[in-house]
Amino acid sequence: MKLAKFALLGLLLNACAAQAVEYNQVIPAKSALTFGYRQMGVAMEGKFSKFAAQLVFDPAKLASARASIDVNLASIDTGSTDADEEVAGKKWFNAKAYPLASFVSTGVKSIGGNRYQATGKLTIKGKTLEVTAPVTFDGRAFDGSFTIKRLAYGIGTDEWADLGTVADEIQIKFHLVVLASPAKK
Amino acid sequence: MTTRYTPTAIVLHWLMALLLTGAFVLGLYMSDLKLSPVKLQLYSYHKWIGITLLALAIFRVLWRLTHRPPEIHLPRWQQRASSAVHGLLYVLFTAIPLSGWLMSSAKGFQTVLFGVLPLPDLVGKDKALGVLLTSVHESLNYLLLALVLLHVAAALKHQLIDRDGILSRMLPGGVAK
Repeated sequence: MKLAKFALLGLLLNACAAQAVEYNQVIPAKSALTFGYRQMGVAMEGKFSKFAAQLVFDPAKLASARASIDVNLASIDTGSTDADEEVAGKKWFNAKAYPLASFVSTGVKSIGGNRYQATGKLTIKGKTLEVTAPVTFDGRAFDGSFTIKRLAYGIGTDEWADLGTVADEIQIKFHLVVLASPAKK
Repeated sequence: MTTRYTPTAIVLHWLMALLLTGAFVLGLYMSDLKLSPVKLQLYSYHKWIGITLLALAIFRVLWRLTHRPPEIHLPRWQQRASSAVHGLLYVLFTAIPLSGWLMSSAKGFQTVLFGVLPLPDLVGKDKALGVLLTSVHESLNYLLLALVLLHVAAALKHQLIDRDGILSRMLPGGVAK
């Protein structure tokens, strides 16, 4: 009898959990924000070490899913100190006047299985443009990438506007490890 | 008895002399520049010249091993000094571009020859290793500079003081006896 009671209780708890799992906590230490670009035809990679992400995601309630990410632009790591200092400067991010790049989602839709498409507004250097990123979610982390054109945001002006040296396309990749907690009813 | 180097050896010698001088001067100049597109371009050109020199050096070593240089009669000590300097020069011709290639890999800047042919990174990205390889690359270059100066001084001494025509073995067209 006792055993049966426990089993029933277990089933009930499970059912509750399965019904309302909302992912709403990002673990920064396990997450990563990286970017790739071409310089003189050479594939280069870098990352941002400081960013803050908030999200609310319930696979069963995509209409209310939302995400926002604020990236500390001065935390860039391009692989060389010279370049880190240069890109914080006026011709690139102008990080003193615009310390953050921010993304705010405007919509998430399912594109089958564990794949989604997130759309949102990306603001860098005072300029806001819409971006769309395919995202996969494996129950633990969101992974996705999208490409921006740096000149559209005025990133890298004057002599740096020469696209033969540093290409226009910048691929942004994100890996956000999340935790779930029971949804509020 | 052959009195001159083969045309191939002569072309290799002067082509490498030209490219080495270019890469050396470029290397000295570019490293002190403030970061700019020009600096990035110059680094690429320097790396392209370096890899070209590495290919030429390998070909030259193979050519040297399969072709005897023209005989000359010199005092024993000069023969020995000359062999030692030439041997070391060949070592540096390959070691210097290799150290530059490794240094690029360690610093996370892959070498892509002429912007189209990516060369494999022989070591992973490693900041400390990058710093170490930079000083290796620089030191080897100063050693090369010293040996080249010695080489040029010896050639001029034979040409202007001994007047033994040794230089003409390596001059294009067989002029200046």
